Amino acid sequence: MLTYNKPTTVDEAIVLLQQPQPAARVLAGGTDLLVQLRSGRLAAQGLVDLKRIPELRALRAEQGGFRIGAAVSGAELGEHAALKAMWPGVVEAANLIGSTQIQGRASLGGNLCNASPAADSVPALIAAGARCTIAGPSGRREVPVETVVTGPGKTSLAPGEFVVDFLLPAQAPRGGDAYLRFIPRTEMDIAVVGVSVNLTLDDAGLCTAARLAVGAVAPTARLVEAAGTSLVGTAVDEAALAAMMAAVRAACAPINDKRGTIEFRTHVAGVLAGRAARIALDRARMRT
Amino acid sequence: MSKHHISTTINGEPVEFLCDTAQTLLDVLRDELGLTGSKEGCGSGDCGACSVRVEGRLVCACLVLAAEVDGCEVETIEGVAQGNVLHPLQQVFLDEAALQCGICTPGIIVAAKALLEKNLDPTEEEIRFWLAGNLCRCTGYDKIVRAVQKAASVMRSA
Amino acid sequence: MGNEERQFKWVGTRQVRPDGVEKVTGQANYGADFTLPGMITGRVLRSPHAHARIRSIDTSAASALKGVRAVVTADDFPNLPSEVVAGGESPVNYRYISCNAIARDKVLYEGHAVAAVAASDPAVAEAALKLIQVEYELLPHVIDVREAMREDAPLLHEDLFTEGVDPKPARPSNIAKRTEFLLGDPAAGFAECEVIIERSYTTQPVHQGYIEPHACVASVAADGMTTVWSSSQGQFMVREFCAKLLKIADSDLRVIPAEIGGGFGGKTTVYLEPLAIALSRKSGKPVKMVMSREEVFKASGPTSGGVLHVKIGARRDGTLLAGECELAYQAGAFPGSPAIPGCMTAFACYDIPNAKTVGFDVVSNRPKCAAYRAPGAPMAAFAVESALDELALKLGMDPIELRLKNAAKEGTRALYGPKMPIIGFVETLEAARAHPHYNTPLKANQGRGIASGFWFNIGGQSSAALHINEDGTAEVVTGNPDIGGSRASMAIMAAEVLGIDYAKVKPLIGDTASVGYSFLTGGSRVTFATGKAVVEAANDVVQQLRARAAKIWKCEVEEVIWKDGVAHPAQGQTDTRTQLSLAEIAASAARTGGPISGKASLNAGGAGPGFGTHLCDVEVDPETGRVEVLRYTVIQDVGRAIHPSYVEGQMQGGAAQGIGWALNEEYVYDEQGRLQNPGFLDYRMPVASDLPMIDTVMVEVPNPAHPFGVRGVGEVPIVPPLAAVANAVARASGVRVNDLPISPPRLLAALMK
Repeated sequence: MLTYNKPTTVDEAIVLLQQPQPAARVLAGGTDLLVQLRSGRLAAQGLVDLKRIPELRALRAEQGGFRIGAAVSGAELGEHAALKAMWPGVVEAANLIGSTQIQGRASLGGNLCNASPAADSVPALIAAGARCTIAGPSGRREVPVETVVTGPGKTSLAPGEFVVDFLLPAQAPRGGDAYLRFIPRTEMDIAVVGVSVNLTLDDAGLCTAARLAVGAVAPTARLVEAAGTSLVGTAVDEAALAAMMAAVRAACAPINDKRGTIEFRTHVAGVLAGRAARIALDRARMRT
Repeated sequence: MSKHHISTTINGEPVEFLCDTAQTLLDVLRDELGLTGSKEGCGSGDCGACSVRVEGRLVCACLVLAAEVDGCEVETIEGVAQGNVLHPLQQVFLDEAALQCGICTPGIIVAAKALLEKNLDPTEEEIRFWLAGNLCRCTGYDKIVRAVQKAASVMRSA
Repeated sequence: MGNEERQFKWVGTRQVRPDGVEKVTGQANYGADFTLPGMITGRVLRSPHAHARIRSIDTSAASALKGVRAVVTADDFPNLPSEVVAGGESPVNYRYISCNAIARDKVLYEGHAVAAVAASDPAVAEAALKLIQVEYELLPHVIDVREAMREDAPLLHEDLFTEGVDPKPARPSNIAKRTEFLLGDPAAGFAECEVIIERSYTTQPVHQGYIEPHACVASVAADGMTTVWSSSQGQFMVREFCAKLLKIADSDLRVIPAEIGGGFGGKTTVYLEPLAIALSRKSGKPVKMVMSREEVFKASGPTSGGVLHVKIGARRDGTLLAGECELAYQAGAFPGSPAIPGCMTAFACYDIPNAKTVGFDVVSNRPKCAAYRAPGAPMAAFAVESALDELALKLGMDPIELRLKNAAKEGTRALYGPKMPIIGFVETLEAARAHPHYNTPLKANQGRGIASGFWFNIGGQSSAALHINEDGTAEVVTGNPDIGGSRASMAIMAAEVLGIDYAKVKPLIGDTASVGYSFLTGGSRVTFATGKAVVEAANDVVQQLRARAAKIWKCEVEEVIWKDGVAHPAQGQTDTRTQLSLAEIAASAARTGGPISGKASLNAGGAGPGFGTHLCDVEVDPETGRVEVLRYTVIQDVGRAIHPSYVEGQMQGGAAQGIGWALNEEYVYDEQGRLQNPGFLDYRMPVASDLPMIDTVMVEVPNPAHPFGVRGVGEVPIVPPLAAVANAVARASGVRVNDLPISPPRLLAALMK
């Protein structure tokens, strides 16, 4: 019989996740987990519901940026005006996860740890330079988001570990981010391609830093450093964008599946990178 | 392991029930509590026919464990009308013929009510995206979107 | 009664549907909402293989599991002979329905039912399924229709020999039937043509996508009396099919219709009901069965995908002289694709003197196809209307002009035989040309497509009873599930004839034991045929009311006329008799002869053919191949709209389904023949944000065969959209995609060529 526990502290959760059954799974929003349980794809012995732990439900300003509990819902992120103003791309990405109903439950922690290559919020968090706090039997550690997922359905979390929260750094004074994904419909699809761009301008309008991350075009969301490099030092003009798009396409290693082909994904990744960069650029220019 | 003893408020009434971990809120509403107005169209959160609200948040009842709603307020389609007085959305859906087979209607009304409580003057685009998680195969959505707009206008002038 | 310029009190008004309140409050009971005391749960074991011989099934461990009340396999069902009987829209072979409901000897698709279990608890039933040991001998499978037609293709049925070819083939094949329709001399016609377009097209199978999964409860009593509560498009169909499949007398089987959560043709057959009856019979308990969405996709019918080849030729002035269409439709695991209606409808919109269509019904290892809204017509229209669009471009002609020049009219000989009765196709084209939509400028990357479509519509057997209550109110009882507002239409028509308030007429849907036989809700027949039965029953009541008034007034019935719900002395009668209202006559019924009650059972002919023309604007994203539908207008000859809102709803809903068909819906199979997208996540039906408002124009050319002029309206609107969208995409992008769906990867690949 499947057990269900709802700890109210991180320490309590760590204990529950280690024992009595090692096969206990973390339950946050449940929007992926319950589907997997029902389909029989996931055989868990127990569920540990983290939503009653205050730390995982908190969203507060910190170090000029924001600390976001791993179980905060997409809807709550969308309602946070200050967060949205600073990191519109991250919030847009989180708000693209599923329907309004899914938004009522889906969380950043779940979107990351479900370890789908197509998770919408993950490229945005990576591009933003977010870090996450991981708690477990051997204490807490803080790691860059891009190190958590190691492959489809696989993470670097040790047994008993879970994500407590995310730290989004302060956005640069003239920084802007944007996330775009491609889906065949307008809603309710899994990303066929996702691209996030976060860039910073200097007073002259030249790009001083850029992080680009892609989703659904490789076994994990990835940071494309070459794409960022191709923008730095430029005015993000057409030539720079073309170089960046080429770098993005070169970093794609997608598969053919029911959602798209290799050729399509690779081509569209470049297209979306160009479009997202233009949006990020506009946002950076607006933030003077 | 024994069943979970859950205390909730459903449509304003205190309700207690027993459930297994694997039972979803939808299973309990439909099979244990006789509240069959919430429909199961997919069981995977893709159709919205089981839309309910938990603590005011619109969710798919098929993607919530019944055990999770301990201490929570739940609102279902059965709680939308006040006794025999229909909610403006319900009345306008009837007046505008915004339903055909009617299986998606409870979920859409619950979802639309959540929207109008947040935004009493939504644009067509806002309505369409808010309701994107509520599949309707009969109507092509036209009359549904118009009904939500009209209900909003009725509620604004109320 | 003439149909033109008639004034109606209720017909054509937008009344609140009588079943509305329970549907907006969640009180309406659909298939899965019904429970009985002591009810247990049934579950189905389904084939994991696309094609395999069943060597053995061992159910002993499952039967022994605590809580399991019954296990059934094909051995629990009669082994029916192959026998084709006339159905409503297509013939029915009960052997196929039986073997589809539960596999006998072979499984023919992933998801094919192999065994069923009933247990006290759903979890126990699930556990029991895992204990059933099935030994399979895997066989090569075939999914694609063209591959299935090859001589060396894996054979699904060893006893299937192509019908309709002479001489009879020596070897079995996957081609169940070849059908041909011929008019004039196509070869001679093409020889005269100055412009010819010849193209090949493919369409994918698409699911009806009703939001309510199949569901039923069956209860068999100790004396064999069987009751079934189920959501279907026809309680009499369920009775007929289950009676045949289980050898039960019709009178021992009562089917009570639940509210139906969408069907679109997909609920015109049985899947769970025979299994639930067998399980109940074995367990002695009421058994409830509900499909999961995955089961709906894997085991219930989509409509056929098809491969089509069209050749169409004209004079330089646009006069069509010849047309040919060859189509092969996938039937799924058992014969029965709508290839014949495909052949019949392909050129039905046009007056083409020389035409030929050839159709093939082809089996493959997919779920058995089921009816879907105008079965067979949308695919044929996609091909023909796309070719016509190319022809118009080549001729430099406006596409509406080209259609108007060749439009079928009253008296036009249809390829399939009859001459067209009074129809309103030209009127739809004229309305399209005059619509502001057609004359609105477009921007870059935008295009406008137009396409037309035809559907026969059917009549058939229907019954109605109309009971007058003592207080002057009435109940009208019919035998057709209300799938989209038909109760309101029945009440409107009854109120119109009786001359009383709509609110005083309550429509009810009877079960198989409480109303006369009525063929299922399908073929766009209910408002026409069942409506006709309601009108006749109401006329019967009016006759009786007049007779009662005559009795009260001690005059001849001919001296009483019925107007606006009141008996009047006929003109010329000069005495001082007062008028008698329906309520007054009803109140005195006991003294004038007893209850007043009318009925009608009929087999309605003369269903007026339906035509529609659609306008679609799209914008193509040239960098991603994504198509956005910007504007859509549906113009249709609806005969006479009894309830305009629900007629518009049919037009809008059909268009939306057609848009999904055109752009995104498809079945994706892996190498093993397993469906990869059995859910709403990856079977992409349009969501609210995918569509614009869908404008409607109801053209009314009344059907003389119906007392109010009704034509069926439910099916025509899904016929034009495939081509309307494809033509819009072609005109927006300059690239024509002749293979559906026009999904972004496919369109982008075409754009980048």
